[in-house]
Amino acid sequence: MTWLELSPEEWNAVYLSLKVAFWAMLVSLPFGILVALVLARGRFWGKSILNGIVHLPLVMPPVVTGYLLLLTFGRRAPLGAFLADFGIVFSFRWTGAALACGIMGFPLMVRAIRLSIEAVDRKLEAAAGTLGANPAWILLTITLPLTLPGIVAGMILSFAKAMGEFGATITFVSNIPGQTQTLPSLIYTFTQVPGGDWGAMRLTLISIAVSMIALVASEILARRVGRRMELA
Amino acid sequence: MTISVEILERLGDFQLDARFVSAGRLTALFGPSGSGKSSVINFIAGLIKASDGKVTVDGRVLFDSDKRISIPKHKRRIGYVFQEARLFPHLSVRQNLAYGRWFAPAEDRSTDSKDVIALLGLEQILDRMPNLLSGGEKQRVAIGRALLSSPKLLLMDEPLASLDQARKSEIMPYIERLRDETKVPIIYVSHSVAEVARLATEIVVMSNGMVIASGSTEEILQRSDLMPVEEQGEAGSVLEMAVVSFDEKFGITLLRSAAGEIRIPGRFANTGKTIRLRVRARDVMIADQRLKGLSALNQLEGKIAGINRQGPIADVKIDCAGTSIMSRITYQSSQNLKLAVGMPIIAIVKTASIDAGNNARTTGMT
Repeated sequence: MTWLELSPEEWNAVYLSLKVAFWAMLVSLPFGILVALVLARGRFWGKSILNGIVHLPLVMPPVVTGYLLLLTFGRRAPLGAFLADFGIVFSFRWTGAALACGIMGFPLMVRAIRLSIEAVDRKLEAAAGTLGANPAWILLTITLPLTLPGIVAGMILSFAKAMGEFGATITFVSNIPGQTQTLPSLIYTFTQVPGGDWGAMRLTLISIAVSMIALVASEILARRVGRRMELA
Repeated sequence: MTISVEILERLGDFQLDARFVSAGRLTALFGPSGSGKSSVINFIAGLIKASDGKVTVDGRVLFDSDKRISIPKHKRRIGYVFQEARLFPHLSVRQNLAYGRWFAPAEDRSTDSKDVIALLGLEQILDRMPNLLSGGEKQRVAIGRALLSSPKLLLMDEPLASLDQARKSEIMPYIERLRDETKVPIIYVSHSVAEVARLATEIVVMSNGMVIASGSTEEILQRSDLMPVEEQGEAGSVLEMAVVSFDEKFGITLLRSAAGEIRIPGRFANTGKTIRLRVRARDVMIADQRLKGLSALNQLEGKIAGINRQGPIADVKIDCAGTSIMSRITYQSSQNLKLAVGMPIIAIVKTASIDAGNNARTTGMT
């Protein structure tokens, strides 16, 4: 079974991918909830434009997204240079991989949360209002808890998307071993060199395992939340 | 404690133009579906706005279109029991009850959790989730939740409409206790004559978005013209009578008031207690003299106070020593008896339903 043993390089890629996916999911979560709320409940001019922008990463080629990120957050780009002054650097760092993954997973996250918010019975919010809760408290104690299944689903989707993100990441932060070489990038590298088949196979199996675990975990969580409430 | 409401608003094709003042313990907003009852209480609660209107509860202005006052709903301190309970599905019964209490300012907490839980009989279900409750239990929790927010006024929007008859009988006594044992005045929306007769102290009758009559329950229920067509036979009189004695041999309770004596089968309350008796107009016959050889037990002396003819039907108002009793007979009978205002007659009460505490039921007395 020696063919199943991972080399340090491969461990690095697995660890980096998990780290990137975790932070991509966590940091985009508050923005995801906010945008989902605005899209589900807001009524304002330009709502469809916002909706379009949020969904762009889903329909654009990932390479284009990566290139746009490079143009915006690259060291010589205005915004990138400005942020670099504060010590925030994205290009060719794992943080850049997380940014690219977060943006690619963002539409999936927003969609899941938005659908869940739209399913919340607004009559319950009105009832909370008559009990003395102001709009902020209603959001915190009624709307968001009832949206929990959607939030969990959105987080899992974002995490899974980040684990598999390739095009935007490699364009934006390249494929530097130990720095920005995520699991998909390393699989790609293996397929480009002679004798890399076994390595690609090992990492593929890990990819499948991680995806399956994420799916099962989301199912269990969703079911637990659902059983508790069973909106009859 | 006075509640005053004025509302003028166009809702689509529907014109709402309602105004009333009530100081009753439980004011029923009564009328057919679509008459605007729910809109009125949604307006009081602040769930809908009106282009023109005013709401005052106990001297506090909640809404005034002229002065541009509109207190947001969470600051109005008005409890609302919705038709469908609207319990929070992610919170247990205990947490649902605590929800409103938590937002009530500490100095305003007029209701005690223990008292409310006991009043509504919720001890056994505190740790359950709402989806595991029966319809009646849900509604009781919803009432408790609203009460614990220490409201200045409690609104109830047909809280019994979605329940079957057994569940209705389960909840009614709790609402009576609410009316009699707590200090919170209640506005109760209903289209059921039976509910209103049993629960209300005052009635505001609505039709097509307008208030067409208001007054005490006794007064309003005597007017069969205000009752829904299919329930016109339900119109009648509400009598307050004291329990005098209980006859063990026949199982008959003797009731007395200034109007006279009435005997009803069954035991209802202890001697000396006052109970509410509802007598339907169609269950009252009229005779020009006391009758013998009649199975009906109850014959009250009175005078004709008014006759209102509606086609072949005559609604006769009888004054029995100050208490009004309505009788619905055919116009032909009234002619045969030569009934006229001021004429002394005997009112024969066939059946009555007792609206007293937990013993509500309809009894036949022939």
